[in-house]
Amino acid sequence: MSTNPGTQPAESYEEQHVHEVYEQIASHFSSTRYKPWPIVSSFLSSLPPGSIGLDVGCGNGKYLSVNRDIFIVGSDRSCNLVKIAHQNHAAAVVADSLALPHQNGRFDFVISIAVVHHLSTRERRREAVRALLGCLGEGGRALVYVWALEQKGSRRGWDEGGEQDVMVPWVMKSSKRDVGEAGETEKTFQRFYHLYRKGELEEDVVDVGGEVVESGYEKDNWWAICRRPVKE
Amino acid sequence: MKVLTLNFLTCAVKACKSSSASFPLHPKDCELVSDTIEANPALIYNVLPRVDWAALITTASEVNPLPLSSVSPSPSSHLPFPPPNQIQVPHKRMETDKTNKESREQLGFPTLPAQPPTKEELEADEKMMGELHTLLLETQISEGMLRCGNCGHEYRVKEGIANFLLPNHLV
Repeated sequence: MSTNPGTQPAESYEEQHVHEVYEQIASHFSSTRYKPWPIVSSFLSSLPPGSIGLDVGCGNGKYLSVNRDIFIVGSDRSCNLVKIAHQNHAAAVVADSLALPHQNGRFDFVISIAVVHHLSTRERRREAVRALLGCLGEGGRALVYVWALEQKGSRRGWDEGGEQDVMVPWVMKSSKRDVGEAGETEKTFQRFYHLYRKGELEEDVVDVGGEVVESGYEKDNWWAICRRPVKE
Repeated sequence: MKVLTLNFLTCAVKACKSSSASFPLHPKDCELVSDTIEANPALIYNVLPRVDWAALITTASEVNPLPLSSVSPSPSSHLPFPPPNQIQVPHKRMETDKTNKESREQLGFPTLPAQPPTKEELEADEKMMGELHTLLLETQISEGMLRCGNCGHEYRVKEGIANFLLPNHLV
């Protein structure tokens, strides 16, 4: 399968290899995504009561209820994932990370967890980070998580020096409901990912005029907490 | 979609963001349902300073529920919520003039004071706290449109979910 979106406009490539896949796997995907990651939870828990923020690419909305003293508006490209978030009483809308329906400079914090790596060109990934930073008010901070190229310990076998634009299979098993049919059906979906090498996320933050406050590596992911530069 | 959420949304068209006409979005032909949400007074008074109060006043005056009798209960689509006929109609505030009071009463929303109440005022006024809780967190737009006052684009709200994906010509 081609992972080079060069021959196809990035928007339609992502539509086919990211958005349509999530629409189809939404329910199964959501059932595997219930445990908040510790660094994300601690970021959300550290926010003062009454903080207002965004979760761009909120998926099933698992982070929207971590801290009940703050208010988060979630958004996701996938209608089916937003429906699940909505059923869980989370505030979530359908939106594109490159055309967010939010005012610039209004928010205390933004999180975007495992989202930006689905954009197929560096220009678009940087544009997404710029949009996240743009939502922040003075003193606001954004936490961004992306999948790492360096995953020596994982079963996927990716590591330093490898191909960064990859297709990652999602295997969906579903029981056959019809009487008389035994077993399970299995269907594999391929999603596009850009695997970030060490330092790449920070480069993108700086390139769009942001400042990295803190960054690190956790379980196959690079993460960065960033902000708009403090005016002198 | 909660009324509080609407206070943090605007048009997704980039060119609209610099125009004050794009915020707040204007609800059009909206159907409302009421969710029952556990009271969280601390959240209300902590969040209020971050709410755009002028925009909230505009929204409260524009969210026009259908007459309750014309709302047919559809338990299947609103399972987590009480039936629409359980929408609470909060009482209006006393100090506004009569005409205004009557029109607000028809809309079923509290008449909001010109300035957001302080934490102390809210702690002393259980009724206003209850009204704000109902308006901000419990009242949901379930169906309708949200119109940008700048470009005129209308975003659809369906089954409580607003869709801000833009058609190609607006991207």
